[in-house]
Amino acid sequence: MVHQTYDREEQDFPETPNEINLTEMAEEANFQAMLEKYPRQAAAYHYSGLSRRSFMKIMGASLALTGVGLTGCVAEAPDEQIIPYARQPEEVIPGIPIYFASAMTLGGYTTGLLIETEEGRPTRIEGNPNHPASLGSSNVFIQASILHLYDPDRSITARKDGTGSDWATFLAELADVLEDAGDGAGLRILTETVTSPTLAAQMETLLENYPAAQWVQYEPVAQDNVLAGSRLAFDADVNTVYNFAEADVVLALDADFMSNLPGSLRYARDFMDKRRVREDNTTMSRLYAIESTPTITGAAADERLAMKASDVEAFARALAAALGVDAGSAPQFAPWPEAWLDAVVADLQESSGNSIVIAGPEQTPIVHALAHAINAALGNVGSTVTYTDSVVVNPSISTEALATLTEEMANGDVDALIMIGGNPAFTAPADIAFADALANVGFSMHLSLYFDETSQLSTWHIPITHFIEEWSDGRSFDGTASIVQPPIGPLWDTVHSPHELLAAINGTEGTPFEILQANWESNYEGDDFELFWRTALHDGVVADSAFEAISPSLSGDLANALDEAGFGQSSGLEIVFRPDPGIFDGRFANNAWLQELPAPLTKVTWDMAAVLNPATAEELGLVNEEVVELTLDGRTIRAPIFTQIGMALDTVAVTLGYGGDVTAHEGEPSDRNVYAMRTTSNMWHGVSVDLENTGDTYTLAASRWVEDMPETDAARSGTLRTFVDDPDFAQIETSGGANLIPPIIYDGYAWGMSIDLTSCIGCNACMIACQMENNIPTVGKEAVEDGRDMSWIRIDTYYITEGENIETRFQPVACVHCEMAPCELVCPVEATIHDHEGINNMVYNRCIGTRYCSANCPYSVRRFNFESYTNELPIMEEYRNPNVSVRVEGVMEKCTYCTQRINMARIAANAENRLITDGEITPACAGACPTQAIIFGNINDEEARVTLLKEQPHDYGLLEELNTIPRTTYLARVTNPNDALHGSSEEG
Amino acid sequence: MLKDEKPFRAAGQASATFEPQPRPWSTPGEVTDKVTGVIFKNGTPLWWWFALFVSLGLLGLYILMFLSIAIRGTYLWGINVPVVWGMGIVNLIFWIGIGHAGTFISAFLLLMRQHWRGAFSRFAEAMTLFAVVVAGVFPLLHLGRIELFYYILPYPNTMILHPQFRSPLAWDSLAIATYGTVSLIFWYIDLIPDLGAMRDKAERMWVKRAYGTFALGWRGESRHWSALHRTTYMLAAIATPLVISVHSVIGLDFAVAQVPGWHHTIFPPFFVAGAIFSGLAMVLIFAVIFRSGFGLSGLITDNHMDNAAKLMLVTGLIVTYGYLIENFAAWYSNHDYEVALAVERALGTYAPLYWGMIICNAVIIQALWFKRVRRNNTALVIISLFVLVGMWLERFVIVPVSLSFPFLESSWVTFQWTIWDVLTIIAPFGLFLVPMLLFMRLLPLLPIHETQQVAVEEGGHD
Repeated sequence: MVHQTYDREEQDFPETPNEINLTEMAEEANFQAMLEKYPRQAAAYHYSGLSRRSFMKIMGASLALTGVGLTGCVAEAPDEQIIPYARQPEEVIPGIPIYFASAMTLGGYTTGLLIETEEGRPTRIEGNPNHPASLGSSNVFIQASILHLYDPDRSITARKDGTGSDWATFLAELADVLEDAGDGAGLRILTETVTSPTLAAQMETLLENYPAAQWVQYEPVAQDNVLAGSRLAFDADVNTVYNFAEADVVLALDADFMSNLPGSLRYARDFMDKRRVREDNTTMSRLYAIESTPTITGAAADERLAMKASDVEAFARALAAALGVDAGSAPQFAPWPEAWLDAVVADLQESSGNSIVIAGPEQTPIVHALAHAINAALGNVGSTVTYTDSVVVNPSISTEALATLTEEMANGDVDALIMIGGNPAFTAPADIAFADALANVGFSMHLSLYFDETSQLSTWHIPITHFIEEWSDGRSFDGTASIVQPPIGPLWDTVHSPHELLAAINGTEGTPFEILQANWESNYEGDDFELFWRTALHDGVVADSAFEAISPSLSGDLANALDEAGFGQSSGLEIVFRPDPGIFDGRFANNAWLQELPAPLTKVTWDMAAVLNPATAEELGLVNEEVVELTLDGRTIRAPIFTQIGMALDTVAVTLGYGGDVTAHEGEPSDRNVYAMRTTSNMWHGVSVDLENTGDTYTLAASRWVEDMPETDAARSGTLRTFVDDPDFAQIETSGGANLIPPIIYDGYAWGMSIDLTSCIGCNACMIACQMENNIPTVGKEAVEDGRDMSWIRIDTYYITEGENIETRFQPVACVHCEMAPCELVCPVEATIHDHEGINNMVYNRCIGTRYCSANCPYSVRRFNFESYTNELPIMEEYRNPNVSVRVEGVMEKCTYCTQRINMARIAANAENRLITDGEITPACAGACPTQAIIFGNINDEEARVTLLKEQPHDYGLLEELNTIPRTTYLARVTNPNDALHGSSEEG
Repeated sequence: MLKDEKPFRAAGQASATFEPQPRPWSTPGEVTDKVTGVIFKNGTPLWWWFALFVSLGLLGLYILMFLSIAIRGTYLWGINVPVVWGMGIVNLIFWIGIGHAGTFISAFLLLMRQHWRGAFSRFAEAMTLFAVVVAGVFPLLHLGRIELFYYILPYPNTMILHPQFRSPLAWDSLAIATYGTVSLIFWYIDLIPDLGAMRDKAERMWVKRAYGTFALGWRGESRHWSALHRTTYMLAAIATPLVISVHSVIGLDFAVAQVPGWHHTIFPPFFVAGAIFSGLAMVLIFAVIFRSGFGLSGLITDNHMDNAAKLMLVTGLIVTYGYLIENFAAWYSNHDYEVALAVERALGTYAPLYWGMIICNAVIIQALWFKRVRRNNTALVIISLFVLVGMWLERFVIVPVSLSFPFLESSWVTFQWTIWDVLTIIAPFGLFLVPMLLFMRLLPLLPIHETQQVAVEEGGHD
């Protein structure tokens, strides 16, 4: 929950509906005036009786929509006369969702989406199957961003100097400022990374009107090193697109390409498409990963090497040298196994033309330049690696740009600063005193979703529209453009879009929609714009808008440049900074779904931690949850220790975004702000960090992961060689289903699921998808500590260590819908029963909460409503899926195979007098999965994908020896390690 | 062989000494005087008031605990997923166990013609009733939706929905309700002649009327006695299988489930033995209180204590055997999950609790092999207290500890205590002790008519 650090006394009216004493408010003289002026804010006061903490527990973001005119259920009818649907609007049918294609921008790059609306309320975000960056999948950020639309902490009030004002007043003041601006010498625009063609066009106009003005883009998680690398390698701003679908061998140099690149969703899908080992396909790609901190990409790797971040450059240089690339001299030290480098070199050479060497955005420009040179040398360019023009408009090294801007601000050269999005006062590198310099600017305005640190320091704060409620556009990793189409109008008439702001500055007319459409029309070269426009909106993709491939040539003096740069081996403790897997750069800090989502590897929720290798921790005499003080170049933060297997030795990893003054959730210490020690020279890692034990401890809420599984494998795994030699390697001896009771015959549909453990990358997308689809509440940090999280699907993580080697296995576990379900036997009230299609149903109305079913569930997948997590606020209903019951306190719940979707398909099929076809039903988890690891269908249909998967030799049921006959089965994980790196012990 | 060292009498021999043989030092009249005198003559001892004060305090806590959990929810306990069963179930089994000794003594031993049981039967039966009441509340409190508890009962309803009778919990509700009902009837029937005696001994008219009402016009006629004996024997025949069934059903709650640590065929008899074991411990504690607190050692003799202690030893050994078999079965099953649980239970986080249980229930009771111990009040109280603690620990080890180590290691957790868990352990003693203390002051502590026979035949002893 956002801390309101500003002084309430000074403002006309408070912004958030919480913590406001209604009586006090009513007594205030200006309350009545406010009622007239801001009826919506007044409406929000209905929901004032809730403490912040309990509110956050229920749901971090939701909204009083009473006065907004949506058709969602509210507790009581308003006093005014209301009119029901006398004639129902066309297409709006209660219970039948309508999908709108749209797009979301994160870090500048868009991903195509489908936004589901129920009776006008956006309730769900999915990937757009037509969009190249999504192919129907989505990640946790995209899905969870819907909460911000309804976030009660969202700013809905324009403020000047912290006190309430309005847009008209702002425009008047802006006009004055612009009048004095002359050629714009003192005018600066600060945005986040921009790929939006319309915004770029507006900026272009602005810069034409004010030629001396400057446009600066800053983003804390930017692609700066990628850009610098391309400048180093090609002397040009080049965008790199990888084609993993063609790659047989991939080397990731500290590159988490499956989760934090602009094209990650697509890359993960393509990469895993090369790894679907079946009876009739025994080939798969091989991934080598070098990483300083464990990522899901490293977890998916066949060969993984933990290495200090500062040594990766040396490795890249050595690799380049070994591959005969003319890129400077090889290093004189080798903190890696010689055999490893040799194996990589041999494999890359063997697959030249079909391999990829990819460097992570966190690695130095030199590593990127080397990767370009190596890819060129291997002949990968044009096949697996293609180059296009930069997708970002006016790309620049964002830290340099911000540093220059800050200097100008400090010198008093900036008269007017317009900030669109971002929160630079919080996220700026520690050596750029942006927040201080902001005070020097006469007129500064911040357009943002929250009244955050930057807003508080600015003259003006104007609330921004959420992407779900206003028109815009943007480009994705390969340049494909999408229109951001809002399925709903702005929830508040006080919010404004960047397009509106720029139009105001440029003195142009029109709504964001008109501006957008006009821009596209002016650039349209065909003859039927209307058709083009409607198609683009409908498909969510502007056809053929991906950028053409270009062939930049490597800079001639790359070798010299690299030699000049020089490098050395560092010693001592190193620190690496990474975007947080939950709150990213801090922008999702107010999102309870993401906060409560266990980090993919550490499984920590609601917090950041200083992550150390257990061996390093032991060496330093530290144990989990001890708070340490980390000092880098005299800048200090404090963080609790968490040990994580697979971390590079002598490395401590921290994530960005926590510890903000405004964005912190309740109870979170404010000394976690990693930005406070991250400087322009140490954006992603810093050497010689001092670590000191403070003697304090801090409780972390982490669900468990398992090191070294017991023999009875839950998540089974084998090498490709094992699979070829013995396809049945994953089978274990069972009683063969001996049973006194005759088997039940399912002769209609029989629903089943197959989960491919090879493909599962542990990205958590299924968890958020499930939470959103099934109205699963969040419970808060304390309840997570108590083991009462409600997620219906969890991702069990196992680490199997063999010497230096660590194999990470992810296993999504939800209700497996046993045919012989132990839960059903023991429920005394028949609240959990089987249906004729094999689904184990929960009858919430019948459940009295004996919890016997959960005790007897060998998979521990049932979740109990220990507390009332949902029924406190009627407004919570706005984003909920109306097709799924909301559960009350005291009842058990669990995965239903998205039974509401099955029924929807059944109704559609019955209406057309046909059977449900394969692929017609996609449970939420399967739909979101970037790698299509989850396949659902009718196992009585011999042609169904799920049936074919279940016939695979490496298909097995979790705990099948208990004779539960689970309907969800797993395909054992198959890896493709390099035999050259493993002794004979690897056999079998 | 001395008289008071008479060997444990076999059932067949009992009737031989059934005939009353008056002795000058304990005539039937003296027994009546002594038992009724506890209430009418001796006055209320100070310790009783003190005990009542403490118990009322506990009762207050109990009401607080009950209302809090019933209204606010089960989240107050430290339960979670997968440890979904906690104090609600642990204490249910514990108290049902306490309630076992009463019916066992009054019915089972009656059928076995163990007349020494007469000294214990009345208060043990009362203990049973109150313990069953205490126990019966826990399953309700345990529910997530307490207001819908009746779904578990086979009541006629418009939805034509019945309980799911494959679930042991559906058996539980029936077993506990039946046991409570039969115990109440049995206790009351046996109380009728004594209520008559109380009526006769009472001096004030309203007191006479009060006892008289419940005495149902008992006049001590032979046909009354005959009807009484026939009824008690018949009820004993009904109650005896219930002693076995109630705790067997509780045992089946666990044995039917496939949770490692629960799925043992030995559980029903193991649970019954454990229940009688803990029940006898409670009986011995109260017997000592009555002997010294109300001067009844002439009626509850060292012989009686000796016999009860022997019985406690026997049941304790059965329980010990159960512990051995549990671990043997884990090893013999070759079932990885059972083995993992056995190892975690004995060596993991919960090891102190497990070994505490072993020491209390299997080691300390070995002292009862010695006659001097069996005849020493202090020693018996101390051992009994250990047994009570041990048996509580056993239930804790079975319920939350087993649940902490489910099949998938990824879900392993550790039970987290809350203040409400502690209250759930302590406060029910209030609900148990307050009626128990009132019983002491209102009703004859010993069945007068049976004690007359026993006292007469064993010749009173101090």
